[in-house]
Amino acid sequence: MSPRLAVRDLAKHYGGVQALRGVTLHVDGGEVLGLVGDNGAGKSTLLKILSGAMFPSAGQVLLDGHPAHFGSPASARDAGVATVYQDLALAGQRDVVANFFLGREKLSANWLARRIGWLDGKAMAAHTVAELERLRTRIPDVHQVSRDLSGGQRQALAIARAVAWTSKVLLLDEPTSALGVEQQRQVLDLIRRVRDQGIAVLLVSHQMPDVLAVCDRAVVLRLGVVAATLSGGDLNSENLIGYITGALAGGAP
Amino acid sequence: MRTVANAERKTDSGPAARGPLGGLLDWSQALVRDLWIGGVLVALIIGFSIGSPYFLTRANWLNTSSTATEVLLLAVGETFVICSAGIDLSVGAVLGFAGTAGAWVMATAFPGASGAAVGPITVGFAAAIAAGAAFGLVNGLLVAFAGIPPFVVTLGTLGIATGFGYLLNNGQEISAIPSSVATFGNTNLGGWLPVPVLITAVITIWCGLLLARTRFGAYALSIGDSREAVIRAGINYRRYLVRIYTLSGLLAGVAAVLVMARLGAGSPDSGTTDNLNAIAAVVIGGASLFGGRGTITGSVIGTGIIAVMLTGLVLVNVPPFWQEVAVGAILIAAVYIDQLRHRKASSR
Repeated sequence: MSPRLAVRDLAKHYGGVQALRGVTLHVDGGEVLGLVGDNGAGKSTLLKILSGAMFPSAGQVLLDGHPAHFGSPASARDAGVATVYQDLALAGQRDVVANFFLGREKLSANWLARRIGWLDGKAMAAHTVAELERLRTRIPDVHQVSRDLSGGQRQALAIARAVAWTSKVLLLDEPTSALGVEQQRQVLDLIRRVRDQGIAVLLVSHQMPDVLAVCDRAVVLRLGVVAATLSGGDLNSENLIGYITGALAGGAP
Repeated sequence: MRTVANAERKTDSGPAARGPLGGLLDWSQALVRDLWIGGVLVALIIGFSIGSPYFLTRANWLNTSSTATEVLLLAVGETFVICSAGIDLSVGAVLGFAGTAGAWVMATAFPGASGAAVGPITVGFAAAIAAGAAFGLVNGLLVAFAGIPPFVVTLGTLGIATGFGYLLNNGQEISAIPSSVATFGNTNLGGWLPVPVLITAVITIWCGLLLARTRFGAYALSIGDSREAVIRAGINYRRYLVRIYTLSGLLAGVAAVLVMARLGAGSPDSGTTDNLNAIAAVVIGGASLFGGRGTITGSVIGTGIIAVMLTGLVLVNVPPFWQEVAVGAILIAAVYIDQLRHRKASSR
């Protein structure tokens, strides 16, 4: 069976700079793959290509074994690949429901209401509550404006929103970097619940404890290539740091 | 630990428990938020009623409400623009141009039309509204697609509309229009409800629903709140910006028709003072000039304050020029109090 998301010999250069020099990796459904590496290792470039924000110079992205060509973030999303960026892209003065449905609002059923664009507020609120409960996120009041939520709740809202509209792959960019300890734990729990729904999760993170806590495998990028793919007993702090810094080198240990 | 406190405080009112009572709570919270500025309006009304026996009279109601219609229509359109983090400085000038253009069409295309000529009047009104909408469309296209800041675009079209208005008849008003235009504009239903006020009320209620209850309104607010979030959500925000500015111009065109109907003539100068009053009304009403926040209810109250000041000060024998001073002071105070409240809310 082909993996949910696979990347083959992916390369990207900007002018003379080689950001990615042939990266091959895969993520299965129901798996969390960590993507780590120092600044400039190519994490962001890879994430941008997978989310449809950038074209690769060479190589292939495969979704369920079929070549995928994402012309835009919208086409990636429509194909089932959702991305939660570090800044979360929430509208701070809009409530949880408005943010959850941003761009996919539910309209009332009758013909005139659809012409006018009349929102079905009740259905939208009920759906938001149901989705948030399904992922057991703790946002008690969906009519709160998103600015009044805690950092963890905002992250949870952004993840729940992404997951609600995707069935295949979730890309997360540093989801715990701005959070306190308890909120980090909650977000990691949320990532596990997303994984348990059979979604393939790619977690980009600088936080080694997070990677160790939640990832089934981790890919270390260094200078645009895969320095190591770690799993099981090999997935530990020393190996991660070693391959990130280049103290360890070569293929998989 | 803010989060923990929040979670504890709200566990008893979880999302599932949210019934009609929750909706009522929202509504009353919004009411309290608008209450203080509504209180200013009530205080002004009470103050002027004590200060002058003529304030709470039919004549003054008709005078005040007619004055308010123009500002309110502009303020309603401006609310959408300001909610989207824009500004439309051109609405007053567009009002003047649109009214003059409508009168010019009636006078030029149908010279000597009889008093009650329905055809010419319809064409003239349509021309005024179309002229307003056209300016709004140009504003919207330039803001959305040329990427020029709204302040600059609408400052430019303010000048262009003013000039066009004067060019139509060498700066003179055009009064050679069918007489029933003025009859229409000065009809009071039941003696208390001028037709322009009724039309304005219907449009205002409709736009209030449009902003608060439709996708168009939701996008206007979201674009102003975080354009980045809207773009990431795959929304074609440019299309909505064009519609928002077109709506603003269209309402300026409707205001032009009502002014023309009240005066019985199209005057290029008719909107010059309405411009800043409309913007002030929206901001006094609680809309954020940084976008993302604003209500039509607030703009109605803001307009009410300005209109009541305008007629009330005259009745209590204060030189009317003080009205502009007072509106300016209220504007600054309203924004300051609003900022204080939000600072308090965000540091909670």
